[in-house]
Amino acid sequence: MRKSTLFLTLTALNLLLCALLALHARASNSGAGARRSSSRDLVRRLQLTDLCLFTEARYTRNPAMADRHSPFQDHPMALEHFPTGSLVTPPVWHREAP
Amino acid sequence: MKRSIERHRNILDFALSSLLRRKGKNLSLLAVYTLIVFIIASIVFFTQALKREAGLVLQDAPDLVVQRMVAGRHDPIPVAYADKIAAIRGVSEVKPRFWGYYYDAVTGANFTLVACDDPAPAAESIFIGSGVARTCRLSEGDFLPLKDLKGAPALFAVQKIFPSDSELVAADLIQLKGDDFRRLFDFPQGRATDLAVSARNQNELKTIAAKIVHEFPDTRPILKSEMLRTYDAVFDWRSGMVIVVLAVAVLSFIIFAWDKATGLSAEEKKEIGILKSIGWETSDVLLLKSWEGIIISLTAYLCGVSLAYLHVFFFSASLFERALKGWSVLYPEFKLTPVVDPYLLCVLFLLTVGPYVVATVVPSWLAATVDPDAAMRS
Repeated sequence: MRKSTLFLTLTALNLLLCALLALHARASNSGAGARRSSSRDLVRRLQLTDLCLFTEARYTRNPAMADRHSPFQDHPMALEHFPTGSLVTPPVWHREAP
Repeated sequence: MKRSIERHRNILDFALSSLLRRKGKNLSLLAVYTLIVFIIASIVFFTQALKREAGLVLQDAPDLVVQRMVAGRHDPIPVAYADKIAAIRGVSEVKPRFWGYYYDAVTGANFTLVACDDPAPAAESIFIGSGVARTCRLSEGDFLPLKDLKGAPALFAVQKIFPSDSELVAADLIQLKGDDFRRLFDFPQGRATDLAVSARNQNELKTIAAKIVHEFPDTRPILKSEMLRTYDAVFDWRSGMVIVVLAVAVLSFIIFAWDKATGLSAEEKKEIGILKSIGWETSDVLLLKSWEGIIISLTAYLCGVSLAYLHVFFFSASLFERALKGWSVLYPEFKLTPVVDPYLLCVLFLLTVGPYVVATVVPSWLAATVDPDAAMRS
């Protein structure tokens, strides 16, 4: 078999995989409404304001409700706004595994 | 037409043979290139999916939340404020919210406690999120001890576990009755954590917020649009972790493309010289080098994007988990709904494939315009 035929076949297969993944995204989106409904129901019923992504501190658990200028206010895991952030290390008890 | 296709295929055959002659170098090049595309595409998929999920899930969040600020810090708000706020034109409903945080010394996890009586758990019973159940190894009917303000343990029976589909909003949630919440935290009577305000017309929210601040200067209103914007900021390309990872990936790509663009090896120059001396035109040499660039970059792009999709949407972005987890003990386990933005994929294609092909072709063009004899002797 010519090398070009092999390469073109592999590229076509790769493109096919990408197309299948795009179809998967489409199919997942059509069924996502039902999956999302339990979250939306809880948000409506409990009047939640934030996603539960970072539970380590108040200002990361509810960034939308946090004090202005609390650390990582704009972006958790971010480089700190204030120079102090690079000088103050986490407390020792927090660095130890529970 | 057929002749032109055959010409391209012949050159493609030659380009593949040429790449295979330097198998080790080109395979490692392909691996690094694929890794860079994989990292960038994973970030794009992950942040887009989370931003979209936040926008859709938080659609039903309160229109406006009013906090009370005392000495620059959030303080419980008098419930009496609710009546005056409800009287502002355009406000349809004001509901006090009771919620707070609880640090569990046994597991080291932070829980979010919410009091809601719609529908309420039975007295001294709780509804918990799947994350809490996982961390404390609880199932329905078990008891969870929580310490009250005086340090006395209070036992709560787990009445229900929220469905695992809702982990993105409720992994660390514990819902309990209003009376239990007040007793646990010795919450002051006539106060709430904050107030949730609903408006009839969303366009009036800013005016309502301004009126609330005017009436109650000790309050801070937070609009729903601000809540949603928070997540746009968190997962924006300029934000913290994203920019760090992205900067590293882009920088490595620049170094990699620069290395390629700074020149050809003596062997490659010699090869171009031989090709020209046996009758290849400069355009043929450029076509050959373009195909070499396309083979590497297109394969890396397609593999990188497919692997990134599988990583983020099938394996829940497990490579990012450690970074996202930070110091959290309780971390939600969720599967994101795939979002494929063709615009961002096109930008990624242009930013990765384009510069690489140019970086391959330009030095070859410089070498191909030199006299074949000089090129072979160099």
